[in-house]
Amino acid sequence: MTTLFDRIWDAHVVAPLPGGAALVAIDRVLLHERTGAAALNALAEAGRTVADPARVFAMMDHIVDTLPGRTDQTLMPGGQAFITETRAAAQAAGITLFDVGDPDQGIMHVVSPELGIVLPGLTLIAPDSHTCTQGALGALAWGIGSSEAEHAMATGTLRLTRPKTMRVTFTGTLAPGVTAKDMMLALIAAHGAGGGAGHVVEFAGQAVTALDMEARMTLCNMATEFSAFAGLIAPDDVTFDWLKGRRYAPKGAHWDAARAGWRDLRSDADAVFDSEIEIDAASIAPMVSWGTSPQASVAVTGSVPEDATSAMLDYMALTAGAPLVGTPIDAAFIGSCTNARLSDLRRAAALLKGCKVAPGIRAICVPGSSAVRRAAEAEGLDQVFLDAGFEWRMSGCSMCFFAGGESFAEGSRVISSTNRNFESRQGLRVKTHIASPETVAASAIAGAIADARELAGG
Amino acid sequence: MAEPFTTLTSIAAPLLRDNIDTDAMIPSREMKSTGKTGLAGGLFAGWRYLDAAARTPDPDFVLNQPQFSAATLLLCGRNFGCGSSREHAVWALAEYGIRCIIAQSFAPIFQSNCVRNGIVPVVLPPEVIAQLAGQAVEVDLAAQTVSADGGVWSFEIEGEAKAMLLEGLDAIDLTFKHREAIAAFQTADRAKRPWVYLEQNHA
Ligand code: SF4
Repeated sequence: MTTLFDRIWDAHVVAPLPGGAALVAIDRVLLHERTGAAALNALAEAGRTVADPARVFAMMDHIVDTLPGRTDQTLMPGGQAFITETRAAAQAAGITLFDVGDPDQGIMHVVSPELGIVLPGLTLIAPDSHTCTQGALGALAWGIGSSEAEHAMATGTLRLTRPKTMRVTFTGTLAPGVTAKDMMLALIAAHGAGGGAGHVVEFAGQAVTALDMEARMTLCNMATEFSAFAGLIAPDDVTFDWLKGRRYAPKGAHWDAARAGWRDLRSDADAVFDSEIEIDAASIAPMVSWGTSPQASVAVTGSVPEDATSAMLDYMALTAGAPLVGTPIDAAFIGSCTNARLSDLRRAAALLKGCKVAPGIRAICVPGSSAVRRAAEAEGLDQVFLDAGFEWRMSGCSMCFFAGGESFAEGSRVISSTNRNFESRQGLRVKTHIASPETVAASAIAGAIADARELAGG
Repeated sequence: MAEPFTTLTSIAAPLLRDNIDTDAMIPSREMKSTGKTGLAGGLFAGWRYLDAAARTPDPDFVLNQPQFSAATLLLCGRNFGCGSSREHAVWALAEYGIRCIIAQSFAPIFQSNCVRNGIVPVVLPPEVIAQLAGQAVEVDLAAQTVSADGGVWSFEIEGEAKAMLLEGLDAIDLTFKHREAIAAFQTADRAKRPWVYLEQNHA
């Protein structure tokens, strides 16, 4: 009867609270330089300390520059203060910091799994909505506000109302050229950007268990675009093999004991969810967004819907009924905690090899972490990107979002492997089309939105 | 710590779009300070100003209209506060003076950020919200009611959130009342899952 979520939740309840809420133990807190200084300083100003600094980690990813040779200087006006103040606050609090220039620096949701900071069955929070990415390892991981980060650091707990549960089952197998990104865009397009609101969403089914670890992270990354409280995937041998030996993962006898316990982290066959959705994976095509919400997405071979709202059409400068393929773009971006892991870069590079980005297109690749960057360079992927006409950057959030510094040209049209296509997300009035790294690579070559399967010859 | 919230009377300013995200409430480029203040000027900057740099107001934007200039209550659509978890959105709203938001639904992180910063999130059906637009509205948190010309509507709010808002309490102090339970939990949990408890400078 018990769901995976119930098992994790029940193991973390410290005390019941009035009104059906509970005090829930928090195993890991992650911070980034955008809000890290605010949270740590507010704590210190209130005369409080971080209860267990060994379980709190800070990363430089949101504001740090991604141009080679970077320092604390960053293109965001006033950005340097966020970096230096977070560094000072992290040092004062005694927490672990992955600083600018650290070999382990990178986007928090890429670095944490990479180092085994997140583990199955853990509760992990960060003041960042894409914390749900880390649910791919079978952890309950979710985004919070800065005040809640302060609370968790001070007390080792959060006050929470138990979320509802939902299972999204992807049955069958994906067609060639269709990825985890397309699965999520298809889900959100079909069930709405608010479809998962208030629910912890467990992703299950044959098409999910068939995904490798990195694709599972892409899937869970966009749980927040579905308004879910968190995304979850039951850990299995794929998870355990991937985690084994990572720096903060348990070792020796602890590993064996941990893994034995993790095998129970699954939903019973007769588990009852508050809500269930089933999707035939074979029916999913490569997707691309046309509007300013991830739910405004269609198959890349499709057209802008006839009933599209005029506000979205005006902003995106598109007409109802127009095909997406062939829409000219100004720029292409491969990066972010959604799709900038090694496997993402490999798949994009496979398409780019021997090709050139269309004339006039600005194309940028930003690896998800410094470790991903090194691994890609060891395989020569950097050269493939550079030869094709892409910029090859240092790791960070970069132009996944616009913070007032570097951005795409005002009003330009960008095809992007990121997760959000909101107004001005990537620069003033920038029109973002979100898609898989394959679709971004193929579109960069074509100079217009393109179907990567044609380029791949499939 | 926020001011206690008992009742509020304000003209209700309608911003009746669905899926208003936190980027729209406080664009990244407006988050210039590392603290929690200095954000009110950037609230809804993309919509509120014709020229954000020069701060030239757009007369069409609801909060720029004279009748709504003193509004402390916003009316919104579905999934208000979706997107980035930035608490700056709520800090900006609070600093601007907003004390209550009535929406068809809220994004969960945003909703709990409201409570932590003294803003009361109220969920009411769309037809009621439409009726409240431009009216003088009274919100009574203790009674969990919204009243205006034409009716009184009750709303749901979690007990915990209500208590915090009513008393302007700090959640950390509330939680420290459970100090012993937390210590007991950690002792038992450490025996069961020792690998969760990392050593400092583990690396
Ligand atoms: S890469 Fe983008 S979505 Fe991910 S954490 Fe950074 S800014 Fe947020």
